[in-house]
Amino acid sequence: MRNLLIFITKYNAFFLFLIFEVSALLIYIKYNSFQKATFISSQNQVTGSLFGQVSEFKGYLSLKDVNDSLARENARLRGMLKTSFYIDTTEKHKVVDTVYKQQYTYLVARVINNSTNQSNNYITINKGSRDGIAKDMGVICGAGVVGMIAAVSDHYAIVKSLLHSKSQFSAMLVNDKSVGSFIWGNDLNPHKGLLSLQNDAKPVLGEMVVTSGYSLFPTGIPFGKVTNLHAKEGGLLLNVEVGLSVDFSKLQYIYVVVNKYAQEQAGLEALEVK
Amino acid sequence: MGRTIIVNIIRFLLLVFMQAFLLKNITFYNLSTPYFYILFILLLPFETPNVLLFILSFLLGLTVDAFYDTPGLHAAACVVLALVRILFINITVQKEGFDNEPEPTLSIMGFRWFFTYAVILTFAHHFFLLSLEVFKFSEIQYTLSRVVLSSIFTVFLILVSGLLFFKRKERK
Repeated sequence: MRNLLIFITKYNAFFLFLIFEVSALLIYIKYNSFQKATFISSQNQVTGSLFGQVSEFKGYLSLKDVNDSLARENARLRGMLKTSFYIDTTEKHKVVDTVYKQQYTYLVARVINNSTNQSNNYITINKGSRDGIAKDMGVICGAGVVGMIAAVSDHYAIVKSLLHSKSQFSAMLVNDKSVGSFIWGNDLNPHKGLLSLQNDAKPVLGEMVVTSGYSLFPTGIPFGKVTNLHAKEGGLLLNVEVGLSVDFSKLQYIYVVVNKYAQEQAGLEALEVK
Repeated sequence: MGRTIIVNIIRFLLLVFMQAFLLKNITFYNLSTPYFYILFILLLPFETPNVLLFILSFLLGLTVDAFYDTPGLHAAACVVLALVRILFINITVQKEGFDNEPEPTLSIMGFRWFFTYAVILTFAHHFFLLSLEVFKFSEIQYTLSRVVLSSIFTVFLILVSGLLFFKRKERK
């Protein structure tokens, strides 16, 4: 017994190393699924409020860019207004339209923490469950798709960015209408994504890739433009390289997409599986 | 003694703050990312007991993890770093010399020793951190180039900080 104690004290560094290393790896493996990690992450009170203050300061530095992007978005939306179309008829009558019901609403939130250079990137935003944000909602910005909500606390939420090795979204080519799945490429490039299509699809260089409307997002929100037709050879599927339209390093404001019929759709699709 | 503790607490806060809000946003072509916060473990005094050294490394790792949203990853890498530090100091420094050489800084230990110390420790930490993060053998080439380039960046920052706080009087 005494010899054992002497042995342990003599090589105490190694035994301490074992203890701490195993506990660190346990934390890493246990919380690797991320959603469970609420305590040691950027949405807890201390880190969340620190990030909030720093982003408040940084917000001033990029006011001009934000203004520009808002103005651009306003112009685009103004173009979609009824008043900006030339009415090709002389008759005027009011129609009470009951065909359209609001399906998607948008919550605006500010980005308070963001990364683009990890192999799994997350974005922290300053709205949480109290503002009506829930897990698995889609997130977009003026320029295109950003990601989906991975975890929420009362005042903050974490977005699993499009730049995440496990992010996958349903996307389609805007002219061809063929649907595929959109993932981030393997080379950690924050400006490139990969779209996997069936082999009979006919993508064209420069064609827009947009959301398909099958999940989280309304149809037609851009991912980016096709930049390379044969990004990865040899697979079963046609892999197309897409230049992302969102500059993730400059994200300031994002919109969380609230789909009013999401639960209904999910419930129905769960039935289908059985 | 009291002064050492205060200096180290300030150093801890400053380095974590710098890592979380400044260096996290810096990267060259997604290959070279500095993890400068390990300077805290590098500069702990020689007399730090092993238990304390491991506890501090673990805490430092967890704090950085909280800002990086990767619970356990940096903690594991920092614990490896602490072990490498103990081994390296055991091999290269005589135990009797501790009284007049309290901290392994650039100004006290000289350039050659400190440079080797920083390079070996940084490389061990980065290698463990980045390979654990990717966790794939198929991308080993890419990971290795990230490790080497990031190590160069971190060592550069460590040397610059060493020169910045260089105290001529302490040099033998």
